Amino acid sequence: MTATPALVPAMAPVTRSAASMAEDVVLDVEDLSVSFVSPQGIVPAAREVSFEVRRGETLAMVGESGSGKSVTSLAILRLTPPAPQCRIEGRVRLRAGDRRVHDLLALPEARMRELRGSAAAMVFQEPMTSLNPVHKIGDQIAEAVRFHSALSKRGALDRAAELLDLVGIPDVRRRMSSYPHQLSGGMRQRVMIAIALSCEPVLLIADEPTTALDVTIQAQILELLHDLQQRTQMALLFITHNLGVVAEIADRVIVMYAGRVVEEAAVLPLFKRPLMPYTQGLLRSVPRLDLAGRRCDELAAIPGNVPDPLALPPGCSFAPRCAHRVPELCDARVPLLEGAGAEHFVRCARWASLAEGAPP
Amino acid sequence: MTSPVGAIDGPPAKPALTSRWDSPALRRFRRHRLAVFGAVTILVLTLACIVGPFLLPFTDTFIDIRQRFAPPLSGAHVLGTDQLGRDMLARLLMAGRISLAVGFAAMAISMVIGVCVGLVAGYYGGAIGAVLMRFVDAMLCFPSIFLLLAVSAFIHPGVETIILLIAFTAWMEVARIVEAQIKALRERDFAVAAEALGASDARVMIRELLPNAIAPIVVAATLNVAHAILAESYISFLGYGIQPPTPSWGNMLDNAQGYLTSAPWLAMLPGAMITLAVTSFNFIGDGLRDALDPRTDAR
Amino acid sequence: MKQPEALLEVRDLHKWFPLRRRLLSRAREVVKAVDGVSFDVRRGEVLSLVGESGSGKSTVGRSVLRLTVPTAGTIRFAGTDITHFSRRQMRPFRQRMQLVFQDPYASLNPRMTVEGILAAPLEIHGRAASRSDRRDKIEEALRLVGLLPQHAARYPHEFSGGQRQRIGIARALMTGPELLIADEPVSALDVSIQAQVVNLLVELKRRLGLTILFVAHDLAVVGHISDRIAVMYLGRLVELAETRELFGNPRHPYTEALLSAAPIPDPTFKRERIVLAGDIPSPVNPPSGCSFRTRCPYALPACGEARPPLREVAPGHFKACIRDDLRLRAPG
Ligand SMILES: Nc1ncnc2c1ncn2[C@@H]1O[C@H](COP(=O)(O)OP(=O)(O)OP(=O)(O)O)[C@@H](O)[C@H]1O
Ligand SMILES: Nc1ncnc2c1ncn2[C@@H]1O[C@H](COP(=O)(O)OP(=O)(O)OP(=O)(O)O)[C@@H](O)[C@H]1O
Ligand code: SF4
Ligand code: SF4
Ligand SMILES: [Mg+2]
Ligand SMILES: [Mg+2]
Repeated sequence: MTATPALVPAMAPVTRSAASMAEDVVLDVEDLSVSFVSPQGIVPAAREVSFEVRRGETLAMVGESGSGKSVTSLAILRLTPPAPQCRIEGRVRLRAGDRRVHDLLALPEARMRELRGSAAAMVFQEPMTSLNPVHKIGDQIAEAVRFHSALSKRGALDRAAELLDLVGIPDVRRRMSSYPHQLSGGMRQRVMIAIALSCEPVLLIADEPTTALDVTIQAQILELLHDLQQRTQMALLFITHNLGVVAEIADRVIVMYAGRVVEEAAVLPLFKRPLMPYTQGLLRSVPRLDLAGRRCDELAAIPGNVPDPLALPPGCSFAPRCAHRVPELCDARVPLLEGAGAEHFVRCARWASLAEGAPP
Repeated sequence: MTSPVGAIDGPPAKPALTSRWDSPALRRFRRHRLAVFGAVTILVLTLACIVGPFLLPFTDTFIDIRQRFAPPLSGAHVLGTDQLGRDMLARLLMAGRISLAVGFAAMAISMVIGVCVGLVAGYYGGAIGAVLMRFVDAMLCFPSIFLLLAVSAFIHPGVETIILLIAFTAWMEVARIVEAQIKALRERDFAVAAEALGASDARVMIRELLPNAIAPIVVAATLNVAHAILAESYISFLGYGIQPPTPSWGNMLDNAQGYLTSAPWLAMLPGAMITLAVTSFNFIGDGLRDALDPRTDAR
Repeated sequence: MKQPEALLEVRDLHKWFPLRRRLLSRAREVVKAVDGVSFDVRRGEVLSLVGESGSGKSTVGRSVLRLTVPTAGTIRFAGTDITHFSRRQMRPFRQRMQLVFQDPYASLNPRMTVEGILAAPLEIHGRAASRSDRRDKIEEALRLVGLLPQHAARYPHEFSGGQRQRIGIARALMTGPELLIADEPVSALDVSIQAQVVNLLVELKRRLGLTILFVAHDLAVVGHISDRIAVMYLGRLVELAETRELFGNPRHPYTEALLSAAPIPDPTFKRERIVLAGDIPSPVNPPSGCSFRTRCPYALPACGEARPPLREVAPGHFKACIRDDLRLRAPG
């Protein structure tokens, strides 16, 4: 029996020591909660989110729209709106390139700005909104390079060309003097990645970097990220809602639902033996290309909708849509994130009994 | 267990356009102190102008020859009298009827013209739109106050003509606003959906597009009333507008010119009314602009 | 006709959008959004159009519905050539072919209640005899798509994305259409909601005998729902075949690459990926000859000479590629 007794405080899974970070852990997030103050009330966008990302590892964060993926990643880098409107609690620690550990939420803003870019960088879904439309891309990359290094203007431009070459942009010299709107979506995303990599960060956070792209371009970008990671051993936090992409790129996966982590596991066990009913439903509801044509008539859809963040169920957030719900167990209080085997955590009051009944 | 249908519990993830009368808009309007003040002022003013004259002991044309130039708060005439001994309060209220009526009527007409032109130009675009909008631009280039004065100097206008004149110089801004809105809305999928259903042009324009442009139209309408009241005051003040004995705030000001030092209240009172009415409408317009724009909720 | 009768026949459809003329440039440039596309949609089938962004899928859909005027080619609906029909002539056909949109937020009028939205098709075509008849029809449509009658009084913003998409589908069904053109109806929806809407479309097709032209870019969804699939690239069809045949035995290098690029939600599924180099060329200046040749791993010099025609290489399997010697890989 691997279930933690209910007395253990929530979100302090057994394997995780709160005191010190293991040597290979680059990012350690503990009990991170983010809430927004809106006229309708307080929106708990992320609640007690904990995870860690190790050197050279890809952690995929999956979840539906509004599950709090972007908010979590923005809060890590302190890019959420300022204080009265948005509240952040918890602890985020980052091990920078020089092995020093920084407590990000406690740092002064100026120090944080230095770390952003140099130690941790971010790539967003829509590259056009993050690029300045009136500057040549070569200059934009060079500027990012110079912000964190003592290179001369010339030197920075050379480095920019190197980076563009690294991310696979053909005809670099000519492209340096293009404006963002003259590039295709895939090219812009490559430029964004080049900017993010300009200071060799130890952690790259990619928030749905391929969602706006075509599949053939998505394949290129995924390949690129994979290559870069092999080369630089950076840690990658990859946010997506596409389970296919997760299967392709991730080493470990955390599944988010209504602001909470509901399951965490290495990629193989997660796909082969998902324990949380939501994860199971999600995996069953996506049609599979390799099975197409042999179609069974109905996809196993998850009924209902994602809950309103202003009116969350008292117990398990997934309860209103869950086929295995037992009101006494599921609605009484929020289930704990319990250890269920090696590095496998699940937030479901009934996971153990469900796992027994089900074939592996 | 819930059915596949599910209860309506999904979050309105994207900023939802609020329906016209629902509370968020009202709440935002109420938060706008000055706008509430403006609305109350206009309401009180309008009511006073409508019922006030029936309640007063004097009519606006009654000449109390022994009480000429009575200052305010000095006897039976609460706000004093003018050079003929006419009760100022009665005259201000009667003038208010005219001025407010001119304001509202000119607004209504200019809105109708502006909305029609904007709707057609925005919906059809192309050559029709270009011609209409260039015409609008040309009209806008023309200094409207001079146009008003020039025309009213030729034809000695009555109330109706004044209304028409003001309306004809005030519809262009509305046309522009509506055209921009409709042009953007027209590309939206719901307009395409209506077209795919075989809806007529008129139906798409009036049933689908126009209701979505209502917010800026309402704002423009309030600001237009203010503009019309001001325009009426200008031309009446210069003596080309509403002709005495019919009172308007503008011609009361005109009339006061000769007595600025001896009886300053003759100018101050109508001036104050104009200022009050115009600023109130402007406040309402500002308030509505914020209230009808759901994005301002973020603040 | 030998096969089941074709409800929709599209022949050599072209749609070119003129670009704004540049200063000092001689020729007027055009975007060749659709550049010679022919296909049939048979009664009762689901034909899918897949391709990357900008390949002209939506433009085909809009041309078929005559929401834009084709530059050239013919469109026959139920045997009638509607290519040059006026608005008035189109009116009776509008009831018989309807559209479902991608964006569930933009496709419903935010100022109308659901009842108003669903009543519009009835009013436009005079299909409701009375008030109560109208209400009955709206209720029936809501039930059909899995909503409740009391939802009629609400505004679109009170619904989630998936529910809005259901409303959009209900609107399209109000006039009892034979052909439904669904332009990426699930692309904007959450994963767990996509399955609900796909299931709904499949069920509606079966229950109402609908014919569906399904436009999408997600091959897995397309594979689940379609009988046949047409692959588009730069405004042209490059391959057309039955679903199983296309997925099991792709004959065009682009189809192979698309299938190989589509991520499969199974970490044990290992395959050799074909990652295409470069971007889609601009539809203003498509490459000469085969428009895929700038990215095709199998391109020969001959590929640039003439535009490869779409020809039948196996019964019901069409492709536009000059090389028949290729052995292409299929997933699964
Ligand atoms: N600035 C903000 N003010 C108020 N609420 C916000 C703000 N940003 C996000 N939220 C809310 O926080 C919740 C989580 O949003 P988040 O953007 O993290 O979702 P997500 O998982 O990234 O979804 P998506 O897949 O759509 O990107 C949502 O309910 C959202 O409405
Ligand atoms: N009204 C228009 N004017 C000019 N160009 C247009 C217009 N509509 C579409 N295009 C162009 O035609 C091409 C095909 O567009 P279309 O929308 O049909 O592509 P699509 O395959 O539906 O792509 P997506 O997957 O992004 O929806 C694109 O290059 C687009 O820029
Ligand atoms: S806790 Fe209960 S309702 Fe929640 S997922 Fe587990 S079984 Fe379902
Ligand atoms: S014709 Fe040539 S370039 Fe085109 S797909 Fe075939 S092999 Fe490739
Ligand atoms: Mg997000
Ligand atoms: Mg499209």
